[in-house]
Amino acid sequence: MDITFLLNGEVVSLTGLAPTTTLLDWLRETQHLTGTKEGCNEGDCGACTVMITDQDGSRALNGCILFMPQINGKSVTTVEGIGSPDGTLHPVQQSMIDHHGSQCGFCTPGFVVTMATAHLNGKTDHDIQLAGNLCRCTGYAPIIRAAQAAEPQPVPDHLKTFRLPNGQKSSGGPAQPDGGRQPPRHLHPQTTDDLAHWYAAHPDATLIAGATDVGLWVTKQFRPLGPIAFLNQIEDLRGITDAGNHWRIGAMTTITELEAHFAPHHPSLAAMLRRYGSTQVRNAATIGGNIANGSPIGDGPPALIAMGATLHLRHGDARRSLPLEDFFIEYGKQDRAPGEFVEAVTVPKQPDSLRCYKLSKRFDQDISAVCGCININRNKDTITDARIAFGGMAGTPKRAAQTEAALINQPFTEQTIRLAMTSLQQDFQPLSDVRASAQYRMATAQNMLLRYLLDAQGVQIDLHGVTA
Amino acid sequence: MSVAKPLPHDAAKLHVTGAARYVDDIPTPSNTLHLAFGLSKIAAGTVTAMDLSAVKNAPGVVAVLTADDLPFANDVSPSNHDEPLLATDAVHYAGQPLFLVVATSHLAARHAARLGQIEIEKTKPILTLNDALAANSRFEDGPRIYQKGDAEAALQTAQQTLTGTINIGGQEHFYLEGQAALGLPQDNGDMVIHSSTQHPTEIQHKVAEALGLPMHAVRVETRRMGGGFGGKESQGNALAIACAIAAMKTGRPCKMRYDRDDDMIITGKRHDFRIDYTVGFDAEGRITALDFTHFTRCGWGMDLSLPVADRAMLHADNAYNLDNIRITSHRLRTNTQSATAFRGFGGPQGIVGIERVMDHIAQHLGTDPLRIRQINYYADAPSRNVQTTPYHQPVTDGIINALTGRLTQTSDYHARRQAVADWNASQPILKRGIALTPVKFGISFTLTHLNQAGALVHVYQDGSIHLNHGGTEMGQGLFQKIAQVAASRFGVDVSAVKITATDTGKVPNTSATAASSGTDLNGMAVQAACDTIRDRIADHLAQRYQAPADSITFADGMVMVGGETIPFARAVASAYENRVSLSSTGFYKTPDIEWDRITGRGRPFFYFAYGAAVTEVVIDTLTGENRILRADILHDAGASLNPALDTGQIEGGYVQGAGWLTTEELIWDDHGTLKTHAPSTYKIPACSDRPDIFNVALWDQPNPAQTVYRSKAVGEPPLMLGISAFAALADAVAACGPNYGDLQTPATAEAVLTAIGQTRA
Repeated sequence: MDITFLLNGEVVSLTGLAPTTTLLDWLRETQHLTGTKEGCNEGDCGACTVMITDQDGSRALNGCILFMPQINGKSVTTVEGIGSPDGTLHPVQQSMIDHHGSQCGFCTPGFVVTMATAHLNGKTDHDIQLAGNLCRCTGYAPIIRAAQAAEPQPVPDHLKTFRLPNGQKSSGGPAQPDGGRQPPRHLHPQTTDDLAHWYAAHPDATLIAGATDVGLWVTKQFRPLGPIAFLNQIEDLRGITDAGNHWRIGAMTTITELEAHFAPHHPSLAAMLRRYGSTQVRNAATIGGNIANGSPIGDGPPALIAMGATLHLRHGDARRSLPLEDFFIEYGKQDRAPGEFVEAVTVPKQPDSLRCYKLSKRFDQDISAVCGCININRNKDTITDARIAFGGMAGTPKRAAQTEAALINQPFTEQTIRLAMTSLQQDFQPLSDVRASAQYRMATAQNMLLRYLLDAQGVQIDLHGVTA
Repeated sequence: MSVAKPLPHDAAKLHVTGAARYVDDIPTPSNTLHLAFGLSKIAAGTVTAMDLSAVKNAPGVVAVLTADDLPFANDVSPSNHDEPLLATDAVHYAGQPLFLVVATSHLAARHAARLGQIEIEKTKPILTLNDALAANSRFEDGPRIYQKGDAEAALQTAQQTLTGTINIGGQEHFYLEGQAALGLPQDNGDMVIHSSTQHPTEIQHKVAEALGLPMHAVRVETRRMGGGFGGKESQGNALAIACAIAAMKTGRPCKMRYDRDDDMIITGKRHDFRIDYTVGFDAEGRITALDFTHFTRCGWGMDLSLPVADRAMLHADNAYNLDNIRITSHRLRTNTQSATAFRGFGGPQGIVGIERVMDHIAQHLGTDPLRIRQINYYADAPSRNVQTTPYHQPVTDGIINALTGRLTQTSDYHARRQAVADWNASQPILKRGIALTPVKFGISFTLTHLNQAGALVHVYQDGSIHLNHGGTEMGQGLFQKIAQVAASRFGVDVSAVKITATDTGKVPNTSATAASSGTDLNGMAVQAACDTIRDRIADHLAQRYQAPADSITFADGMVMVGGETIPFARAVASAYENRVSLSSTGFYKTPDIEWDRITGRGRPFFYFAYGAAVTEVVIDTLTGENRILRADILHDAGASLNPALDTGQIEGGYVQGAGWLTTEELIWDDHGTLKTHAPSTYKIPACSDRPDIFNVALWDQPNPAQTVYRSKAVGEPPLMLGISAFAALADAVAACGPNYGDLQTPATAEAVLTAIGQTRA
């Protein structure tokens, strides 16, 4: 594939690139820019963090699972470009030295890039910003002290303004560049229509949105992907629109965007989304990918199901819609025809009675053992409607139908909830794996129902509300 | 003077700009080849057929080597010659290297390494401690037993007894830089190796064996590691040897680095333990008898398991005086990764055992666990009746009572303990816990001959100083601390000292940078080298200025001689012009130690390092989720050479120790396959897991032992401060119900919920 981008301020144009070349490998092996490190090669440690800038601003991304076509038309800043061209250190770099924020130093470039990006964006919620950067030496305390000390320092001039390379949208080209005889093996479409038509003709293709999942197919599993369409330039697949009584969320909307959107309307959902992967992962991962990959442990689907979301699929020019829960048939199987893709999901506007409970071994940046999303509406003290969905409890994200039935038209009391907790055993037969045992999953899922009640009663249930 | 200053890490600027070079960052010739191992997926059995044709035909593959292709020693073991680089026929664990791919790129080598068609006749693997006990699969003939007094008789007469078991999980090192090595073939068959290793001499030794060369033909260089934590004491051998052999065979530079999953699947981890105990005590909780049995899962090779298990026994007392104690240690061999060194080297497991005993007694008696701890402490020095450890070493440098006293004040322990109890009484769902645990850690290698170090110092005629010693830099700040020592000996600024890569060609026969000994040993060797040169300069100046040599002082970049003050550089130039040697080696061996590991008697440790931590946690009784709210630490680094770097070791050690005992869970399936082999499934602490409030202070007394500037070792001891987080979780669990909640490690949310259930059963 052919791409053009800026690397630390210099225009780079590449032709004939293997589409699954990662930015990390390209930086280290062809440019000998070895400041960006490989720590895990799966987007979990942040040692490879780079700053990616486009018209929407700058964000931190993991270079190890970022394919080169995804940076087409963008500006890439590596640790080597964080300091000023005259050699002056960036405030976060100086601060890291002053506060002893590096020990072995191997994670440090990734931290510096994430910190510089947060600094640029005026973000001071450091625990959240840095949740995707692992450090094994320092215990993080000096890094946070460094981040705090750098807050009031000005953003260096060279990071304040950025430019983008010319011809940024040209790379993917038309779907049929040579008269249709030999369609391109890979596509970088600009519109949903282009994608729809090409994918219908290439149902064996792999669609790459944020690559936070597909990235591992390449770096860890060596899975052949067949023809690839990179969706990152399709503007009309992105964003959230107000459609009257519901929100329409384009498939390419990132989790970061989703979190910001829902924060005022459904703070519990936003709080859970803040624990989805890490800053770097949320900046890349899309809701469409989170749904389409069919994972039983994705955090998006249970919440959206509990909100009564509708999924919109497209195949060529044909569109259809279905309740999101119906998309997930069984483990590894979704109601999606070859060549059909997720175009959007719509979520009804509603009063906020949704609570999302994510349970994982580590609080931040961990895949859920159980993700319980509970949405109970009441008229006075009687439950009028209950939509409850769980991740991690079955082969798919799944509604708790029996449990919902046990709640509806019942008083919102502990007695009702305890009965519903029993019903949960009819809804789910969870498995044991590295994240949790079956018994623990069931016990905690049941307790999440109780937690919902206690929460409504004003009992203190939030560990993060406690201070020493 | 440069010592005691809180200077930044010497490479801090290189770290933050991405300019610090690790092995994989070293520019290499364009014909460099890349290696990957093909691994066994089976835990135990015999290889019956290996079809490597697909591997050989894969794109970019230059060569594929098996055990038959190895010219000399096929061994990577640091101890027992029991770990082949490539399996011969027997397979001992899932993840064992079977063949070696040599290819034109890292990716090509990794791809090809998956293509081997291997047939293995499986046998039933020995995976768990119980499997190993049932099969009597062990290292050494039988258990080691250390004892003092008569535990058995004292248990018979004890007022009260308790028995229990604590399972202690292993721990993946998760150094951010995976294992890596680079071999550069030289003329005449010599080999230069760059290795991310804590033990360059071991790499040199093993590479020489593998190439059939004397050690003088192999030079190993290590500038820095991206973390080690014990995981690079022996686990780098395989990569360095593979690179050396491939480089010898192809005549081309060869580089190998493990992908993270491979790293976690192939290399050893912290030993997991089961510790059984029977303790006798009086009504106040004073221990009168204690019988420990340690079961240590060593994995398939001996590696460093014997000294690890020894050190666990040597820390079974932690900070407590035990008159009647017996420790029995079983070193069990299993078909899993060969467990290896990890910060603390068995000490943490031993200490978890006794700290669990303290908590168990306290819960049984309904007493504050701190009270039980304090009445069992060793006396502080000086004491009229010198107490001895279970291995009969007198404890003459005790400070734990005074240190605990000060920490309880600065952390407001007693008031907070009451506040926690009051809060718990008002809360139905969330419960808090608080605990103070001490650390007493023995400093010295227990293999006595390792307690030696060398240094090489040059002073150039412009007054600049070239510093080299046998220690390696893995982030702990060793190089900076030692540069501060060198600068102080010459009375110059630390910027006058050039820190250089560890190099077996400069300082030979080094010990691993391990056992927290890096600064103690190498600092003293450097001091000796510097003093030799400084004394020669002084002798020269004494003659020239007709002043007594012992009146000459070196300070602030100047030399004061007679009534004159001359710049250090001028003094050096003068010495040079008068044909004075300005280069010297230095050597140090730790005095006063002797140890018999079979009888369990002697003085294995030069001194003890102390510390204590108070941790407060909160748990959710609905799920077992938990958080550390606050940690207060008072730690003894003696007269700190660099308070900033030492504080960094303490903060980082605490979080690493707390991670070990909480979220870091290693899981093998029933076939012996490690299921947690990447950060997606193995969860080290993330940023928000550190304590919300994190107060760290250094104890302010110098080391009574004659160490370099009276400092104390600080690498490993702070890890065990993290045990207070585990004890605090146990304390919170105890608030959940009337019965004993037998919290096990790692105290994941699930383990905490299980223990909560026990309190209410």
